Amino acid sequence: MKGGFRQSMAWLHTWAGVVVGWALFVIFATGTAAYFQEEITAWMQPEATPAASPAVAAEQARAFLQRVAPDAQAWYVTLPGKRGASTQVFWVPAADAPPPDRPTTAMLDGAGREIAARATEGGYFLYRFHFDLHYLPVIPARYLVGVCAMAMLTAILTGVVTHKKIFADFFTFRLGKGQRSWLDAHNVAGVLALPFYLMITYTGLVTLAAQYMPFGIAAAYPSEAAFYEEAYPLGPTIAPAGRPAPAAPYAPMFDLAGRRWNGAAVGFVNTVNPGDANARVSLVRSSAERMASRGEALVFDGANGALIAPVANTGVAAQTESVMIGLHAGRYAGPLLRWLYFLSGLAGALMIATGLVLWTVKRRARLADPARPHVGFRLVERTNIAAIAGYPTGLACYFLANRLLPLGMADRAAWEINCLFIAWGAVFAWTLGRPARCAWVESLGAAATAFALVPVVNALTTPRNLAVSLWRGDWTYVGFELTVLALAAGFGWAALRAARRAPVAAARRKTPAERAAA
Amino acid sequence: MARARSSGWRRRLDVAVRAVGAIAGGYAVTALATALAARHLPLARSEAVTAATLASFPVYAAILMAAFAAPRTATACAWLGGTCAVLGAALWLSLRLGGAA
Repeated sequence: MKGGFRQSMAWLHTWAGVVVGWALFVIFATGTAAYFQEEITAWMQPEATPAASPAVAAEQARAFLQRVAPDAQAWYVTLPGKRGASTQVFWVPAADAPPPDRPTTAMLDGAGREIAARATEGGYFLYRFHFDLHYLPVIPARYLVGVCAMAMLTAILTGVVTHKKIFADFFTFRLGKGQRSWLDAHNVAGVLALPFYLMITYTGLVTLAAQYMPFGIAAAYPSEAAFYEEAYPLGPTIAPAGRPAPAAPYAPMFDLAGRRWNGAAVGFVNTVNPGDANARVSLVRSSAERMASRGEALVFDGANGALIAPVANTGVAAQTESVMIGLHAGRYAGPLLRWLYFLSGLAGALMIATGLVLWTVKRRARLADPARPHVGFRLVERTNIAAIAGYPTGLACYFLANRLLPLGMADRAAWEINCLFIAWGAVFAWTLGRPARCAWVESLGAAATAFALVPVVNALTTPRNLAVSLWRGDWTYVGFELTVLALAAGFGWAALRAARRAPVAAARRKTPAERAAA
Repeated sequence: MARARSSGWRRRLDVAVRAVGAIAGGYAVTALATALAARHLPLARSEAVTAATLASFPVYAAILMAAFAAPRTATACAWLGGTCAVLGAALWLSLRLGGAA
């Protein structure tokens, strides 16, 4: 590029950011929300109440599975942990069994009973949407997300290189000065959690590295499966003996796991050949207790309870990769660190949003007639609004739909998700027919209203309103609803500011410094 | 950027060529380097693969930045093409002599 290193890096920063900015904003905002996916699921299933201790929950799950699926090939149990409310079980029916007349999954409450909760994807949808998108086949969607992440990594690195005085910029914020303010806001949001953005973008790429950069595996192994077999051995598989045998109790296994893992909790209990003499029980360490993400497992003989040698890859690179993925997902994080993740994610979304707005503000100043921009510019401006204000409105409508859709509705969980996209699309359609400034005010107002309605609608449709939750000390509910109200306040403030803003100043002369940064 | 107004389409073509060269060529260079490193890093095989793959993303980002920092598009493309050819030849040799995986 012409004009020196810093200029060409500034150019790359702008375009790497603008091309994928809308998708990045949505991915970032969704991933941020997904840090609380278990809490969100708990809120979206007001019927479920918290469960007992892990070992008790495991015994209850086994009792349930022995009753419902005694001759299954394998049982998989996800224990509730500290944040969730329910135990999840999943089983693989026997190979020769007739097709099951019920789903092979169930959710159990604290007493081991199956919960008949409303059908919802809950926070899990947000987690999957973050990298699988929606309405799209999974593999192309992940490539799309990968391209966005790579552009983000480039934008972050070039953003750092572009800045002469990154530290001083953090303390510079000139409010109410048009383009200059947007640049300051972008800088502050960008510098605020810079190490977090770098970490989260890089580790995000690492989580799907085998898809994005498969050539290392391809050059050294005959197949991907061969690589995983060598890198992450699962231990030998074992066929059923065909003789029934009573099951060994879980408590001693849990005790041993607790000692081996310095008190870390068990997250998953998987049983192969349940009820058979060759039963194998693996306890997998909870991902809430350690940074690394590839769970350590202890395998026991399910009939006599004896420990069979544990398997784990302790190579440096494998452990590094495991910790990177763990850092990204943040499942190990306690409440304080989890909030820090969430706030850093919000700051990231803000950084992307201010960057997008800054681009249109700058661009408008350079147009031949800034008061009457051409179609392309107007479309970009409207898409900004649809992403920054419309997507959050859709999210709020997802929560509202969870409370408002009839409980017995067919495909209820899918319709909750459809409501998100319908609301989002409606905001976009609305902005197309409005002048930009009105569109900003109205869509930000819509987001504020939708978020503010969430606790209200919850209070009207369930017995668990905010006052009751506070009284009971139900911090999951209190936290969710206060966060939603804080978001409503934030969007409301933004709408007010947008409404009060003076009409866009006609093309102002640029200072030499700005021209250099452009 | 100052010449943007004098010959718009030429600049656009230049940017397009450079972008395609940087994104596709950079990815090809990264892929070849990752494959070579996975085969030849002095580590256990699965470790070498993981280490090479982990390193690939910063490498790609650095190549992208270098390709856009180069003063001329032709220079950037020549470097990318040359590196591709050298790494490709090295990988071909490695596969021929060391045996395909």
